[in-house]
Amino acid sequence: MAARLWSWVDSRMPSLKQEWRKHAAEYYAPKNFNFWYFFGSLALLVLVIQIVSGIFLTMNYKPDANLAFGSIDYIMRDVPGGWIIRYIHSTGASAFFIVVYLHMFRAMLYGSHREPRELVWIFGMLIYLTLMGEAFFGYLLPWGQMSYWGAQVIVNLFGTVPFIGPDLALWIRGDYVVSDATLNRFFALHVIAFPLVLLGLVVVHLLALHDVGSNNPDGVDIKKYQDASGHPLDGIPFHPYYTVKDLMGAVAFLGIFCFVMFFIPEVGGYFLEYNNFIPADPLKTPQHIAPVWYFTPYYSVLRAVPPLFHSQFPGVLAMGAAVLILFFLPWLDRSPVRSIRYRGPYYKSALAVFVVAFLILGYLGTESTTVWGQFGFDAFFLDTKDRATWLARLCTVVYFLFFILMPWYTGRDEVKPVPERVTH
Amino acid sequence: MNDQKKIDRTRRNLLVATSVVGGAASVCAAAPFVASMWPSERAKAAGAPVDVDLSRVGPGELAVIEWRGKPVWVLHRTREMLDSLKAAEPKLTDPLSKASEQPPYATNEYRSLKPEIMVMEGVCTHLGCSPQLKTAEARAEMGADWPGGFYCPCHGSKFDYAGRVFRGAPAPTNLRVPPYAFVAEAGLVIGEDKATKGA
Amino acid sequence: MRKLVIVLLLAPLCGWAAEAGYRLDSSPHDPHDLISLQAGARTYVNYCLGCHGLESMRYGKLTDLDLTEAQIRDYFMFTADKVGEPIRTVMPRRESKSWFGVAPPDLSLAARSRSADWLYTYLRSFYRDAKTATGWNNAVFENVAMPHALWTLQGERAYDRESRKWTEIAKGIQSPAEYDATVRDLVNFLVYVGEPAATTRKVIGIVVLYVLAIVFVFTYLLKREYWKDVK
Repeated sequence: MAARLWSWVDSRMPSLKQEWRKHAAEYYAPKNFNFWYFFGSLALLVLVIQIVSGIFLTMNYKPDANLAFGSIDYIMRDVPGGWIIRYIHSTGASAFFIVVYLHMFRAMLYGSHREPRELVWIFGMLIYLTLMGEAFFGYLLPWGQMSYWGAQVIVNLFGTVPFIGPDLALWIRGDYVVSDATLNRFFALHVIAFPLVLLGLVVVHLLALHDVGSNNPDGVDIKKYQDASGHPLDGIPFHPYYTVKDLMGAVAFLGIFCFVMFFIPEVGGYFLEYNNFIPADPLKTPQHIAPVWYFTPYYSVLRAVPPLFHSQFPGVLAMGAAVLILFFLPWLDRSPVRSIRYRGPYYKSALAVFVVAFLILGYLGTESTTVWGQFGFDAFFLDTKDRATWLARLCTVVYFLFFILMPWYTGRDEVKPVPERVTH
Repeated sequence: MNDQKKIDRTRRNLLVATSVVGGAASVCAAAPFVASMWPSERAKAAGAPVDVDLSRVGPGELAVIEWRGKPVWVLHRTREMLDSLKAAEPKLTDPLSKASEQPPYATNEYRSLKPEIMVMEGVCTHLGCSPQLKTAEARAEMGADWPGGFYCPCHGSKFDYAGRVFRGAPAPTNLRVPPYAFVAEAGLVIGEDKATKGA
Repeated sequence: MRKLVIVLLLAPLCGWAAEAGYRLDSSPHDPHDLISLQAGARTYVNYCLGCHGLESMRYGKLTDLDLTEAQIRDYFMFTADKVGEPIRTVMPRRESKSWFGVAPPDLSLAARSRSADWLYTYLRSFYRDAKTATGWNNAVFENVAMPHALWTLQGERAYDRESRKWTEIAKGIQSPAEYDATVRDLVNFLVYVGEPAATTRKVIGIVVLYVLAIVFVFTYLLKREYWKDVK
């Protein structure tokens, strides 16, 4: 019965089978994928989780400044199973960034962005940018104090652009402050516009990947050695080998996901900020505003740059540059090898310092600039005595130097010989 | 049995077992999503049973009460109204209410707990319009043999004083009777009876 | 506009200074203690509901605390006719705003925006202060608009901000230990109200984790079986 139905479909739509073969059953992936290679499929899983839970949230959410906050509480209390769906979505938002950050780090470890996979990386970066927009719009929707003031600050960043800034911020908000109009348009962008773009980019990202084939922890080209039928000797079909492996990874990931969601959904104020349990009040700024953790490295960069000519714009530029510089990674990296396994001490230490700087920036962004106290002395160059601000400046410099000096130190690094075939 | 076959069999078994366990878990995961589409606590609170003070509904009077967003009629039937039911019987589609919806205690000739108090959902079983009360005085409009009852303005369905539909009307069954119970002296509660309360 | 950005960027700085101060006691509340939750609900209805609503909660939900609908109706439901209605305050918002300067906030989410520790310490840190409009002040929340609602229970105390010393002015109905217990119950109740599903959540969580563990074993075995091929 099933076989007959399948042949009926197949005779009318042979492309279904062809695509399945091309992207799964006969897509040959290197056999030596390690732990870091789970995060691609996990990102796809989180995307699906977010879309499904998001659809069900919109069934009860009201994008109205007077009703939004209450409708979230309504979902949490009155809707059967509503709290599960809401926690899935709030945990999923953070999980998405964790997975994506690790996925990007994998590329930096094994040189997955290098030629011929530059387009894969660029589409991936576009996904990351879209995801940031998606997260930013979504964060306004609960209409709590942090939603409101976070949006206020970020929209005002656009206001610092010379000449057009104030009008630009006004246009984004659709009002003189963040208001009902802003909430309503952010809702539209969050639930339909950006998800559509995201889905499209994911498809393109995968198509680009499957055209050039996956990289691997050794960074060697598996197409070089093929068997009689033209399949790479070190490759295995994605299906069934990686489908079953990724399935196992997905279940393990869901275990961690569910642990967070059911036992520590707020994650100490990092996934759900405490101030967001207070309804938005345009007349009262909370004592401590911090974006959600996944934006904090960039927020730190923004705060670290001192205002120039009474303008915060240099900070905004630096923050934008910190994100956009990632696009150029494939061309900044001049190493003759891809994988960190065969790179020399320069890249290894540079990457380690970069990761530490990124994490410190991330941590400082969640805290007040006085978190580590102040210097006890006065000096002409000290515009602020906060130790944290100075550390953030140092980390910002490290962050940019990692990229700017990359052509130099990767080109000069001592590399080890790369094996002909994958080493497992 | 060769090795290849053995591998295939373990694989097949594991595949089936994983699919069954994983499938069952996925079905459970769908539970909160399915559940979220049932009425919320707010909807349930809004649809809570409604109290009616019967002392305010005089003989021959019709009170329209909103329950779960629907009009519920409370008609205090007079002797003449009750007598008209018997006379109407030959002209009805479902005089014994066998194919109609009502609680067991209203499955009788008066379709009610107490003969004089009629409680009925004022929603036509045809397409959901709300019929109007047409007493026997409305003969000029309803025809000479009109015994009194309800008339649906949308598609002309006619019902007697027990909500039973007359033959030749588009409505397929008699009007629905909601669960209800009498409390204390002159109190009526719509939306709750002994059966639903016990549950 | 630019100024606003700078102000907002610097706002955390000023905020921190105000936050620093009184050390919070750790709240001994226990969400599984139904007796304590019921007592907290009673205290809330008697002492807090006059000004602070719990609009996200419905009276009927109190059945979670092992109360019957009849008990809820008789002992708790003073501001509604039906158990399905929200726990509203009777005080009109506009009037209360003119009395206290700020409208008393709804406390449905108080335990989530503040913490249990904060509430527990705050409710035990009121002191007499002739300089404020209400005659009360609080060691945790300076110049708070709310007077000490539970003062008949706790009595009156004075506090010196410099030396951080408490002195008793007048005894209350309850001993300090009894008063701590009353506040503990009240905080317990507020934590429950903040997220009524919290207890269920953890129970479901345990089941979910067990199920996932089982599914993981199967997927692991399946993976291992297939990967035997890969040399």
